[in-house]
Amino acid sequence: MINTEIVIVGAGPAGLCAAIEACRYGSEVILIDENQSPGGQLFKQIHKFFGSQDHNAGIRGFRIGQKLLEECHELHIQVMLNTTVWGIFEGNQLAAINSDKSFLINPDKIILTTGASENSFAFPGWTLPGVMGAGAVQTMMNIHRVLPGKNVLMVGSGNVGLIVAYQLLQAGAKLKAVIEASSNIGGYMVHGAKLLRAGVPILTSHTIIRASGNDEVEKAIVSALDDKWKPLPGSEKEFDVDLICIAVGLSPQINLCKMAGCKFKYVKELGGHIPVYNREMETTIPGLYIAGDLSGIAEASTAMEEGKLAGLSAAKSLGYISEPEFRKQSVTIYKRLENLRM
Amino acid sequence: MEEKEEVTITVDGMPVKAFKGETIASALIASGIKVFRKTRVRKEPRGVFCAIGRCTDCIMTVDGKPNVRTCVTPVYNGMIIYTQK
Repeated sequence: MINTEIVIVGAGPAGLCAAIEACRYGSEVILIDENQSPGGQLFKQIHKFFGSQDHNAGIRGFRIGQKLLEECHELHIQVMLNTTVWGIFEGNQLAAINSDKSFLINPDKIILTTGASENSFAFPGWTLPGVMGAGAVQTMMNIHRVLPGKNVLMVGSGNVGLIVAYQLLQAGAKLKAVIEASSNIGGYMVHGAKLLRAGVPILTSHTIIRASGNDEVEKAIVSALDDKWKPLPGSEKEFDVDLICIAVGLSPQINLCKMAGCKFKYVKELGGHIPVYNREMETTIPGLYIAGDLSGIAEASTAMEEGKLAGLSAAKSLGYISEPEFRKQSVTIYKRLENLRM
Repeated sequence: MEEKEEVTITVDGMPVKAFKGETIASALIASGIKVFRKTRVRKEPRGVFCAIGRCTDCIMTVDGKPNVRTCVTPVYNGMIIYTQK
């Protein structure tokens, strides 16, 4: 049984910023992550962020991750890795497991920053080896330095699909096409343009009908869609591929919030079911805060600001920050969040 | 990039070169092994899908322990791995 002031579950950008902020004001913090190293999705982001200087524009995601980790080390924040928080109980008690041993934690406040997971999309042949999530491909390429395929079909043209497609090109793969079911490219055109300039076709109003192959993916059959989103007979195209990436959106990982009894709201633009939260990032369960993709799919800069805010709020509720000081700090954060959301 | 130490693991009796600390899944994919298991009833091939430890598609038997998520488990020298059928 471990007693502490604040437990933060998930050491991605939101969790790291929450930990740094809460610790700066004097709170005792334990930061927990189920992976063997912290940083969440930041370390896969090898491209330069854009936005304002405030938001680390021009800096590659993984360097931002490195900076945050350094700050954590300097502040001597306790980080538990390879530790999965599997339960949350009455009184905000947490149950965690590490190396097959479970243990309980009694925090005064909890900040959940568990991020999001990739959606999937089933079609005949989707279980064949070589059909993977786009995030999975990004993990293998950018973290593990392994290229999972040489001839690729990307399904989905949101930012994840476009960015991973470009990173596949940089890694030496051939992109046969990016397909998109709707009639518009989903992501920012700055990413789309890079692909088009490199000669990658982006086929809107197209979907994948089937993947085929013996023990692995060998072919993808794609079809155009009519204005009722039904496949147009006779419009099938066949691609020789050994990798099909599925990039069809992210959903917040709300399991712990569900278990805690949080109230939810369905917001399609934010990824689906989101825990309801107030201006201090607190959910409907007192003492339980959220930040990052868990509070709605956005990106790293928003996650970092929300993490800071949640850390501030938790520290304030423990008496480490006065109301006037909290108001001063939070006003700056609200302004930055507004700028990001424009 | 730091230099990584080479290790040897065994997959279905065959030696496979890997780098110390990388995930089993990465080592296998890098060696051209894409089929990690066959499903019990229909014997269909399965491999990596989410690469982040959530979907359990990539499970294999590692040093006698079944259903190990290879995408989040690091290799070490002498590891013995079998595809589950």
